[in-house]
Amino acid sequence: MATVGYIEPERERAAPWTLTGTLHDWLVTVDHKRLGLMYIASALIFFVIAGAMAAAMRAQLAFPNGTLIPPAVFNRLFTMHGTSMVFLVGMPFLAGLANYLVPLMIGARDMAFPRLNAFGFWIFLFGGVLLYFSYIGGEGLAGHGTAPDVGWFAYSPLTEHAFSRGTSTDYWILSILLTGIGSISSAINVIATTLSMRCEGMTLERMPLFVWLMLVVSGMILIALPPLSAAQIMLLLDRYLGARFFVPEAGGSAVLWQHFFWIFGHPEVYILMLPGFACASEIIPVFSRKPMFGRAAMIGASVSIGFISMGVWAHHMFSVGMTSGANTFFVVSTMLVGIPTGIKIFNWLATMYGGRIRFATPMLFCIAFLFQFLVAGLTGIMLAAAPFDWQLTDSYFVVAHFHYVLLGGLLFTLFAAIYYWFPKATGRMLDETLGKWHFWLLVVGFHLTFDTLHFAGTLGMPRRIYTYPAGRGWEEINLIASIGVIVQGAAVLCFVWNVVRSLGHGEPAGDDPWDAWTLEWATSSPPPEYNFVTVPEVRSSRPLWDLKHPDDPDWKYE
Amino acid sequence: MTGDVLHAIGNIFRPASPPADSIYSLAMLVLAVCLAIFLSVAGVLTYTIIRFRRRPGEADREPPQVYGSNQIEIAWTVIPVLIVVVLSMATARVTSEIQNKKPPEGAVHATVIGHQWWWEIRYPALGIVTANELHVPLSTAAQPRPTFIRLESADVAHSFWVPLLAGKTDAIPNHPNSMWIEPRVEGTFLGNCAEFCGLQHANMLLRVVVQPADAFARWVDSERLTARHDHQGERVFMSLSCINCHAVSGTRAAGTFGPDLSHLMSRQTLGAGLFPNTPENLRRWIREPQAMKPGNLMPNMQLDDRQLDQVHGYLSSLR
Repeated sequence: MATVGYIEPERERAAPWTLTGTLHDWLVTVDHKRLGLMYIASALIFFVIAGAMAAAMRAQLAFPNGTLIPPAVFNRLFTMHGTSMVFLVGMPFLAGLANYLVPLMIGARDMAFPRLNAFGFWIFLFGGVLLYFSYIGGEGLAGHGTAPDVGWFAYSPLTEHAFSRGTSTDYWILSILLTGIGSISSAINVIATTLSMRCEGMTLERMPLFVWLMLVVSGMILIALPPLSAAQIMLLLDRYLGARFFVPEAGGSAVLWQHFFWIFGHPEVYILMLPGFACASEIIPVFSRKPMFGRAAMIGASVSIGFISMGVWAHHMFSVGMTSGANTFFVVSTMLVGIPTGIKIFNWLATMYGGRIRFATPMLFCIAFLFQFLVAGLTGIMLAAAPFDWQLTDSYFVVAHFHYVLLGGLLFTLFAAIYYWFPKATGRMLDETLGKWHFWLLVVGFHLTFDTLHFAGTLGMPRRIYTYPAGRGWEEINLIASIGVIVQGAAVLCFVWNVVRSLGHGEPAGDDPWDAWTLEWATSSPPPEYNFVTVPEVRSSRPLWDLKHPDDPDWKYE
Repeated sequence: MTGDVLHAIGNIFRPASPPADSIYSLAMLVLAVCLAIFLSVAGVLTYTIIRFRRRPGEADREPPQVYGSNQIEIAWTVIPVLIVVVLSMATARVTSEIQNKKPPEGAVHATVIGHQWWWEIRYPALGIVTANELHVPLSTAAQPRPTFIRLESADVAHSFWVPLLAGKTDAIPNHPNSMWIEPRVEGTFLGNCAEFCGLQHANMLLRVVVQPADAFARWVDSERLTARHDHQGERVFMSLSCINCHAVSGTRAAGTFGPDLSHLMSRQTLGAGLFPNTPENLRRWIREPQAMKPGNLMPNMQLDDRQLDQVHGYLSSLR
């Protein structure tokens, strides 16, 4: 492979290594790469905790009339699992990826607002710790229970003082409010960075798809999160100052909360999913050895997903009793999302078509993502058909559907991203053999659990039940689903072991182990604090392709 | 007693009532379209992976670089648009057909009120109050008799779901909803509360008992009678705090927080569908409801054995 021109070796710093010195460096850092890694590390820790909670729930549900976990504990488990996975795993993971990669990909030395960046991370972490502190502090003075137990979407009036005494719900409100502030500050930062920090020649048209999608996601965060924060504050006013926004007997409205929550909640699904698309859009071309097919269409599809996702929220509410006209509006708007999503899948497919596909671990995760996200999209179409949804909503079918989106879709692309960019961040490769074990175990476990749970839903099993009687046709399905979790757990163990081992003993990666085309591969692994010795100049959307193929550069065609 | 056939498995693909029937037809259309999409896209994907895998010896050659094609983009935008149009129209038709049905002459009207963690069931026109088991007449082609249900909630949001009969509709405080069923199969249909409503959401079970017209009429007649009993335990029951929450028609027990007990012995289950209504279960429920359904809103009443015998005897006589 040709070496790339504008890399210079980093000069070694002389200071000797000390533990306190290193901790201090990480604590006070405003470097986008360190903050990005801290975001991702925190997300992975919360991921393991919330995953263990899911395993506990599946243990309880493996057999009918389970007695392993009492109802109060179970209700806390699914509330904490859902809240953690969305706000403490998905959101910080995407913030971490954006932080780490956006400046590198656009040839900048840091984010636009490094201190705001550090503020965002620490306030997020404080919010996350606060949520878990509720297990200790949520008891309150009167002993009303510990962690929140109202579900991650916390429908009123279950969250009002009459039904949720003590302080557990307040912990839920405050911690999400704080993580929301973190997300908004990081979104502002990404927007400012992409709009003002791009290097010479990096026009918006030439910006990598990853950066484009992160820009769209950040715009969506700015629109979608404030309604949630406002609703959280209204709920606090209800609970402490008697405001009664959501208290029906005092003229408030229980349905109003649902609207506020889902005006945030549905765009949130795409806020979580688009970063997955972003990773796939970088990885699939590199491992197919072809440029992204239809770049402009991909950008257009992402922007239109962003727009349409703002107008579909009430498809979570088909059973609350809206008029048939309102239901039909949300049926149509929801099905419309299928069009840009379809375009994206077709474009990834066309990128692979005619390529030379290399099945390294990142690409394996991306291929599984394509199959699984296809299914998730199709079950989404089923849920969008309002009458069909009246049967499926709040059943295990929905549980299976959104785990297909967030696990089969998002988590698989995030693992792909970790395998792909780990060499850049650490200078060492992750082990391919362990990676393949990780991949295949996760595929098998995922399908054992979530394929089967669709059928529990169509057999009438509601979600969020801590136990179920025998004789309703749910026994075998639940047992298989629980066995699948054991396999998924083994997969995660392979992954954790792979990361721990490779940090110390991984094969040295070099600057550009995948023979890739975006700017982050043009600097050393790991990159120096200032990212690039000389700020590169860009003439196409694949600057490193141009360098490696001076006879056939992209800018001739773009 | 009819309702002997127990339809325990709520398979939405084996509907037994018109709203569930039309949902089933729509579902089959949607499933067929989705299956076709899945097979074609997954097929091309599989072909691509196999056909265009990197083979040994090609390692250093890059494939032809293709950047895109507007014609192809337009082609694969038009197909999903057409699919969306077809599915939206079919969905809109079924939505309106189910939601906008008007009650015909002879329809039964019931009000179902969700409570933490049981169902209050009222037939305002018939003067009946019961709990957890909704009795409805069988509908036949000759004599269609749908039941229209008004859904309310006394506390938090619940959802009424009996998969074989209809999709779910939420019971939300101060936001009355309506739905209807028109079962054409006899028997007892099981369902659940489908919206998380607190500690015992899992055990807020539901039954719909579908009876032929004459049996339903007999049930209505017997439920409309003032509660009959033949047990001296009445005095003990009335002297305890049971009557703060429970009602027995024709007595001074008029509580509204718990299920109406006027015709307790006509019901199949105790604890909102959780236990069969047997003498042993009833006795244990009176003694220690918190052990049988932890966290339910009926406290352990700390009755001594004599009081327990009296109350149990009295309740067992309420037919």
